[in-house]
Amino acid sequence: MNPVSAVMRRELRSYFVTPVAYVFLVIFLVLAGILTFYVGDFYERGQADLQPFFAMHPWLYLILVPAITMRMWAEESKGGTLELLLTLPLTLWQAMLGKFFAAWLFIGLALVLTFPIWITVNYLGSPDNGVIVAGYLGSWLMAGSFIAIGACLSALTRSQVVAFILSALVCVLLILVGQPQVLDFFSGALPRRLINAVAHLSMLRHFEAIARGVLDVRDLLYFLLSMIGWLLAGVLLLDLKRTR
Amino acid sequence: MIETDQLTRCYGNLTAVDALSIRVEPGQVLGLLGPNGAGKSTAMRMIAGFLVPTSGTARVCGHDVSREPLKAKRALGYLPEGAPSYGEMTVREFLQFIVRMRGFKPDAGYRRFDAVVQQLQLEEVLELCIDTLSKGLRRRVGLAQAILHDPPVLMLDEPTDGLDPNQKHAVRQLIDVMARERTILISTHLLEEVHALCNRVVIIARGKLLADATPAELEARSRYHGAVSFSAPGSGMSQEMLGRLPQVAAIEVDPLDGRITVFPKPGERILGSVETLLREQGLEVSEIQLERGRLDEVFRQITTADSGAAGSPA
Repeated sequence: MNPVSAVMRRELRSYFVTPVAYVFLVIFLVLAGILTFYVGDFYERGQADLQPFFAMHPWLYLILVPAITMRMWAEESKGGTLELLLTLPLTLWQAMLGKFFAAWLFIGLALVLTFPIWITVNYLGSPDNGVIVAGYLGSWLMAGSFIAIGACLSALTRSQVVAFILSALVCVLLILVGQPQVLDFFSGALPRRLINAVAHLSMLRHFEAIARGVLDVRDLLYFLLSMIGWLLAGVLLLDLKRTR
Repeated sequence: MIETDQLTRCYGNLTAVDALSIRVEPGQVLGLLGPNGAGKSTAMRMIAGFLVPTSGTARVCGHDVSREPLKAKRALGYLPEGAPSYGEMTVREFLQFIVRMRGFKPDAGYRRFDAVVQQLQLEEVLELCIDTLSKGLRRRVGLAQAILHDPPVLMLDEPTDGLDPNQKHAVRQLIDVMARERTILISTHLLEEVHALCNRVVIIARGKLLADATPAELEARSRYHGAVSFSAPGSGMSQEMLGRLPQVAAIEVDPLDGRITVFPKPGERILGSVETLLREQGLEVSEIQLERGRLDEVFRQITTADSGAAGSPA
């Protein structure tokens, strides 16, 4: 069997053997529900769509994705299993991809389990289900980028706490960087072109574009490239560790 | 076959492994011996492809570990120090993970899985979490992982650490059986293990190779090699007589149990003349022994000597 899928299966199994998977699923589903109804004003808006639901996702991922990814490499470094894994016949890329896909599939499962809210909105009105599918896709892509960030930063350290804090920090920066308040703050100090370029780095902007139902190649590429980039950085970090 | 050529690894200013060149052939069981921190594990980690050498090369079955890492890793079974494994998995899950990682076809994989489980007597713990196992069992799981793909080259970092005498014996038998057509490199700081297992010994300290010999050759370097020791009550008189024998270099008496050790001059055999003399004196000797030499003494002598020059067999 392919080493990528062997690593992926092992990782997925370890989520479900330890309480990580269940804790994550429960908290994700409960928070997604509560935030949508109470903070997102799902009913009061009087519109049959899932915009308030998807709007909560970046903030949920901000805390929950680093909680999943923090152990990815830090635990292996600390427990000595990294030596076992890396002396098996597989490349660093295969190990990294196996772990990444495990986490990404897992988030995919969490998203699938939010289906009651989709049923609810279809019961209450007649939403544009194409837009909802796009929203799920955008959310999953964004989760992938967050996972790649977490995977990279987990390779940086043996401490899971440090990995969690660094990942959450980078994710919050990438969410906030496109917000008007942040851009306004820097608009005096930095040239306009740079501000615009920075705004395009914003995770939120690309996610919201997809969640509105507009599938632009540039938004898809943004997520794809950020996943590849962060995973590549993680692989390089792991390789660097072997020489240090 | 394992070959290293001027293999060197530095951590900052510290040189953990210093220009180590060894060559282990099929059929050899090489014991890598050295005090703690001598660089044994670092050397093995480089050969296994986990650490990148600062300079020099290592080859496993002719595959350079830096240039053809996957081929080298496929030829190698490796038990890292402390036998790490995924604690939350059961023994069965863990070994099946290794089966998948080693790229077995399902049928062949199950056959090897069954064979290894039987070989290491893991049948009864297959469904237990590795975290709940004793140290000895975990070590056996680690060994099972290392030999699962029946590799031509086996490298074991302290394979019997933490095992009880029976388990040690079982592991040594296993290695003995595997040794016939394989290349085996084990690291240890147990000198008894060298006797039990190895047909060649490499001693390193501070990262440098200090000796490369067979266990017997090392023992021959000991001061005790060829010495005769015996216990005899009331032997005060005979000590003087023994000292006058032309082949005898020195005599020592153990202050605790009064056991007398007679050391020969280099190259001399003294068992016969010592026995004759004792008989002539009419001493009742309860037991007499010809010493082969003491590895621990040679080990201490080699690893604590200031000059780091590579020794040659005596």
